[in-house]
Amino acid sequence: MMKNLIPDNPPFKLINILYKKEFILFMVFLSIIIINSNISPYFLDLYNLIDSTFLFSEKAIIALSMTFVIIARQIDLSVASIIAVSSCVLGYTTSVGFDTYLVISFTLLSGILCGAFNGLIITRFAIPSIIVTIGTMSLFRGLAYSFLEDQYYNKFPKFVVSLGSDYLFGYIPYAFLTFIIMSLIFAFILHRTIIGKRIYSIGNNPDSAQYTGIDVDRYTFILFTLNGLFSAVAAIFLSGRLSSVRPNIAFGWELEIITMVVLGGVYIYGGSGSILGVVISIFILGMLSFGLGLLNVPGVGIIIFTGLLLILSIGFPSFVKYFRSKNE
Amino acid sequence: MIKKIITSRDFILFAIIVFGVVVVGIANPFFVKPSSLSDVLTDTSILIILALSQMLVILIRAIDLSVASNLALSGMLISLLSTIYPELPVIFFILLSCSIGTFLGVLNGVSIAILKVPFIVTTLGTLSIYRGLIYFVSDGKQVYSSEFSEDFLALIHYKFLSLSFLFWIAVAVFILMYILLNHTRFGRNLYSLGGNPDAAKYIGINENKYIILAYSLSGFFAGLCGYLWVARYSVASTQIAIGFELTVISACVVGGISVMGGVGTVIGCTLGALLIGFIRNALPAVDISQFWQLAISGAIILIAIIINTKTEQRKEKTIMVE
Repeated sequence: MMKNLIPDNPPFKLINILYKKEFILFMVFLSIIIINSNISPYFLDLYNLIDSTFLFSEKAIIALSMTFVIIARQIDLSVASIIAVSSCVLGYTTSVGFDTYLVISFTLLSGILCGAFNGLIITRFAIPSIIVTIGTMSLFRGLAYSFLEDQYYNKFPKFVVSLGSDYLFGYIPYAFLTFIIMSLIFAFILHRTIIGKRIYSIGNNPDSAQYTGIDVDRYTFILFTLNGLFSAVAAIFLSGRLSSVRPNIAFGWELEIITMVVLGGVYIYGGSGSILGVVISIFILGMLSFGLGLLNVPGVGIIIFTGLLLILSIGFPSFVKYFRSKNE
Repeated sequence: MIKKIITSRDFILFAIIVFGVVVVGIANPFFVKPSSLSDVLTDTSILIILALSQMLVILIRAIDLSVASNLALSGMLISLLSTIYPELPVIFFILLSCSIGTFLGVLNGVSIAILKVPFIVTTLGTLSIYRGLIYFVSDGKQVYSSEFSEDFLALIHYKFLSLSFLFWIAVAVFILMYILLNHTRFGRNLYSLGGNPDAAKYIGINENKYIILAYSLSGFFAGLCGYLWVARYSVASTQIAIGFELTVISACVVGGISVMGGVGTVIGCTLGALLIGFIRNALPAVDISQFWQLAISGAIILIAIIINTKTEQRKEKTIMVE
């Protein structure tokens, strides 16, 4: 009998949980909640908390598919610009007078096309994704600018507006609901299916993944296409919520989305990370900016804080290591 | 020999620029008047300086996305100082701007080399931190032209051989970079670090030192451009040079600097910046809306990078023999 030779997963021990990144992140999350609720009496109010999810749900949706992209050792800086393109398509198709379902299909299609364009150039010409998406970041944003110029759209189908601003059963915002359902599906795909295992192995070593028979290019292409699709989904929620689309919509979001992913313990050069970590880090950042907002810290303060948090969260372990090696 | 020059990348770029100037000149004769051409050169000078300093970073397989924010922060700090102490000599402000820029560049370098935070995370982070700090120090206000002292702005309008001061600074930076990259150990080591980091480490090149040096030089020139930008447009605001880092990177990529590291020439980089500068100035001359500019520079980055990759795959321009 060849039983229990090498277990797939190490045996469960309570003490191991304490060393997990997700556990540390969760502790950070709890301490933010405790500090916030001590500082401001308005923080622990159910309606306030529910409304605060509007601040991050759209970004969170893209962050989930970005997690896949980063685990597969790629990066996509063009997501915010894809939002701009898709929002323009949404506004345009509405103004032309299409039916709601056509409007939504065209919007999603535009996201898919933008993502597929990224994927095509990256895989077809074997160019690093960072430089390709720097290019498409200004190409897509530029298309939105040249299409809209200094105009804006403020008419959207009723359905889109209610998606962006209404609640299911009066409590759960649709964008937040979408994010929760998506995170369950994404966690299942990443951690429980062969597709997830393959994405990890592509991220760990693309060459060896190729040799084991994984079509790396196909995976890369599909991941970028998905990222485009979910950028379009976020664009629908965002346009519905803002009820106004200008070409500079979602400007600078790529940074915040990458921060969400990287803070959640996903290694920027691929191969490791979990959806749970990303979800916790999304809540950390969401509650943080909500709390700082309650304290009247301006948006710029939050931007500086996010940037610092990003660099320090990655740099801190090497910082400790560096000083230990100096002392020895 | 002649065939080699004609088929070289730099020559083709040069030919494209000349051809473009002639075509635009036929469409709009005003564009090719010496005074307008000298304006184009003046307009492109800052881009040339920043592209050449970005080149140092790209050579070692990294990118500095924070240059525009660095430029804006140094520019804002010296502008605020000049409104308080207008009597200080302008050279003091220039040196101060350069030192602030260098300091911000060193922070990037230390974060990447010592803290081992990947360059993309570091410079994306400092891109927003530095930009955010501008709001912080200036309270979101602008410094207008009337608030600067006359000396502060006078230097930039000084002309020599009917070309502007700004252009001569770019020429000086070009010569400096040419010597630095082609005739010093520092330059050769940068190329070898980018060409093959492992081999470079084995022959004893201190990678961390060069990362920090490259980023501090990139910061130094961003600081210099901070003064130049503020003095040229005589305004310092939170919004100056926003998104300019993409233009700088596209100039490098068009100039044939490989993002895979270790490949590229100073002349190519300068020509790349000139081509981008020419296109930016020519669009209004042939009646193309400014709203198209962003899309066109995005398309140019993509086309240039595809052409670069194609030529690299043929191993034509590798400077280091592996």
